[in-house]
Amino acid sequence: MVEQKKCQVLVIGAGPGGYVAAIRAGQLGLSTIIVEGEKAGGTCLIRGCIPSKAMINAAHKLHDLSAMAKEGGHMGISIPGPAELNMEGLVAWKDGIVKRLNKGVENLLKRAGAELINGWAEFIDAKTCKVSSADGDIRIEAENVILANGSVPTELPFMPFGGDVISSREALDLKEVPDDLVVVGGGYIGLELGIAFAHLGSNVSVLEAMDTVLPIFDKELRRPVELNLKRLGVKVHTGVFAKGIDDEGNVQYAAKDEQENIKTLKADKVLVTVGRRPNNNGWGLEEMGIKTSEHGFVIVDEKCATNMRGVYCIGDLAERGAMLAHNASSQGEMVAEIIAGNIREWDPVAVPAIVFTEPEIVEVGLSPEQASAEGHPVIVGKFPLAANGRALTMEAEKTGGFIRVVARDDDHRILGVQAVGSHVSELSGEFTLAIEMGALLEDVAGTIHAHPTMSEAFHEAVLATLGHAIHIT
Amino acid sequence: MGIYSFKLPDIGEGVVEGEVVAWHVEIGATVKEDDPVLDVMTDKATVTIPCPVDGTVRTRRGNVGEILPVGQTCITFEVEGEGNSTGEEEESEPVVEESAPEKKSKTKAVTPPAPSSRGGNSKPLASPAVRRRAKEEGLDLSKVSGSGPAGRITHEDLDDWKDAGSPVAAAGHGPREAKVGTTEIPVVGLRRKIAEQMHKSYSNIAHFSYFEDVDVTNLEELRQHLNSTRPEGAPKLTYLPFIMQALVKALSERPECNAHYDDEREVIIRHEAINLGIATQTERGLYVPVVKNVEAMDLWQTAAEMGRVTNAAKSGDASLEELSGSTFTITSLGKMGGTGATPIINHPEVGILGVHNASDSAVVRDGNIVIRRIMKLSSSWDHRVVDGFDGAMLVQILKNYLEHPATIFM
Repeated sequence: MVEQKKCQVLVIGAGPGGYVAAIRAGQLGLSTIIVEGEKAGGTCLIRGCIPSKAMINAAHKLHDLSAMAKEGGHMGISIPGPAELNMEGLVAWKDGIVKRLNKGVENLLKRAGAELINGWAEFIDAKTCKVSSADGDIRIEAENVILANGSVPTELPFMPFGGDVISSREALDLKEVPDDLVVVGGGYIGLELGIAFAHLGSNVSVLEAMDTVLPIFDKELRRPVELNLKRLGVKVHTGVFAKGIDDEGNVQYAAKDEQENIKTLKADKVLVTVGRRPNNNGWGLEEMGIKTSEHGFVIVDEKCATNMRGVYCIGDLAERGAMLAHNASSQGEMVAEIIAGNIREWDPVAVPAIVFTEPEIVEVGLSPEQASAEGHPVIVGKFPLAANGRALTMEAEKTGGFIRVVARDDDHRILGVQAVGSHVSELSGEFTLAIEMGALLEDVAGTIHAHPTMSEAFHEAVLATLGHAIHIT
Repeated sequence: MGIYSFKLPDIGEGVVEGEVVAWHVEIGATVKEDDPVLDVMTDKATVTIPCPVDGTVRTRRGNVGEILPVGQTCITFEVEGEGNSTGEEEESEPVVEESAPEKKSKTKAVTPPAPSSRGGNSKPLASPAVRRRAKEEGLDLSKVSGSGPAGRITHEDLDDWKDAGSPVAAAGHGPREAKVGTTEIPVVGLRRKIAEQMHKSYSNIAHFSYFEDVDVTNLEELRQHLNSTRPEGAPKLTYLPFIMQALVKALSERPECNAHYDDEREVIIRHEAINLGIATQTERGLYVPVVKNVEAMDLWQTAAEMGRVTNAAKSGDASLEELSGSTFTITSLGKMGGTGATPIINHPEVGILGVHNASDSAVVRDGNIVIRRIMKLSSSWDHRVVDGFDGAMLVQILKNYLEHPATIFM
């Protein structure tokens, strides 16, 4: 006997896109069902953003403690003997955070009146799906469908995941720290985890096919990260391709222009982070009559509507905006409101992108090159964290960070803000707000920034753009 | 030392303004005659304006994206000698370069920042809350002038915009005025002729109209084929020559439709010749040149002759002979064909055919939805002498020919 259910809104996937959509739909009084194959929270909460940040923080703490354990200590603090790492304990602590957030999401869904079903949804047609759950099969007919199936790590065919070849997901659940870790792919996920493992004591190498790591950022922003990689002893090989794994589990690679000359890197674990692809198969997308792009993303309009009426797609699976949790959430909230009868459109001026390397990178709006390319008359100002008092007290200046502001020369509208440095991620909100509100340099210049905080560095970067920063010459 | 003021020159015939695309000189720069000064885009082309004199740039007028009228002083130079200006004229004008954004007046009425000054990024500057409200209320932000710094649109601007009336009608340049006044255009010449003829037709003839869809998928195939294999020098075939040839067949079968009704003498004159008037829009107004004895022509001759007489009408070279003697008229608006009309009969004829759009349409054939090329036909008939059945029958016969185009030539 297959249980039958009907609802106004069916959300597939309880990640940061799906669960937000379901909560908002519930708030708006729509009968809502959300189906999740694993745990509520999705990649972001369960195996991505949150657990990786927990691990990065713990790794950073260990790294700081090791400085204090050295001869003479640090900050006047000395600890006897080296700090000891219990990797299983670290993972358990991280799992505690994940569990709290997972329960929190389940609770929020319940309070909003959205029904969470654990199981694997497979579509029969665009508005009907069958869920195989622990309690048997359920057939759900929905008036509206929100696809929030997310993305999965891209696999390299010649070194598939399994055994010691791991994706970011397994890297967050390792029982012990690998002595030698090879990271294939020097993008943001690879470098975030690579640096964390370097802090934890691994001997880390990074293989990157492009001429540089983090190729999406400009040279000026990359530079402090590259220097810190060197300081941490992370060996970066650019312009090389991974070729496979040899019998001892070591990584074979070759330079782009010397494909015959195979070299080998010793590896206990191989972390493959060459990107993520839309999670577009295994759940009946092909039965839905929905258009997808060449790269497998679901094609949507500015309302995140697919070509099928009443079927929406948000987040990583949708071809709209970068693969970022906050994009998915804002799209999820919007789609729920559209289904409830509101007029909405996804039209952000600026979406912040943050890389949690050490130092961190924040990018909001247009870079100087992008702004010039779009025809803006551009002025740029920069302020180093080394000239910010609060940064010094937190040793945030040690990684050579700065804040950079891009504005229009004629009307002084702020077009973009970039920052690199320790702790700069927490400044991203003000950058984004300034751009969304259409702030001029004078608006930020005329806003008093609390002392002593790192936010003063943004104020100063704006003053520098206007040509009269106070704390630099 | 003198001041040389340089006005935006006449940059082409009929050009009255240009948009500043780029400045090549900064204030204070030393320039030589013929150095590029600025790029101005007109609706025809982008023109680089060369420097008229040797000197130093004193003021510039017009930010990138701003529209300058021809004759507007756009730049002044300090030059050796006397120059051509006292400089006073420029002083009295706002010099955009010198007004820093925070100094801009906040009084909307004085300096409404033009939306066009947003160059580089056409997205209107507005906070997320204002953007959402505009979306919800169906207001087009790109039409609203922002009163905030850099033209930022505020909630108050949206209020003003709505209060000012139709939010989409005007382009949002300052307050809009109620208009009074009229323009009188004398109805003379051809216009008077058309007016008289139309009145005569409409007041004398008891019109009835009849509409039909015609599946021209096969005809289109034939037309494409003939066009791709047409002999050298032959005209490209539109639908009209086919319709004219099909009409020859249809009118021969229904001679009551190829007739004149002389209502004063109360006589119907049936014609053996099929002379088809082709309603033709010209710059001077509506003409109806006539393709005579279509029954004696093949398809290519029909196309050629139709092209000749309509072109003659358009260029004003048509003789009186070519503009009279029609026995039946076709009116076709080509691409603007629409989906239907009630054409007015060309008095003293008894019928007229309106040809409308042919487009790919979903139609039901044998219980399936299929895509066919469907042309809409309208017709009007003089009900005094043509019964509904006869007019409808003529159209049905015509439809049958057009849907089976081979039969046109049998």
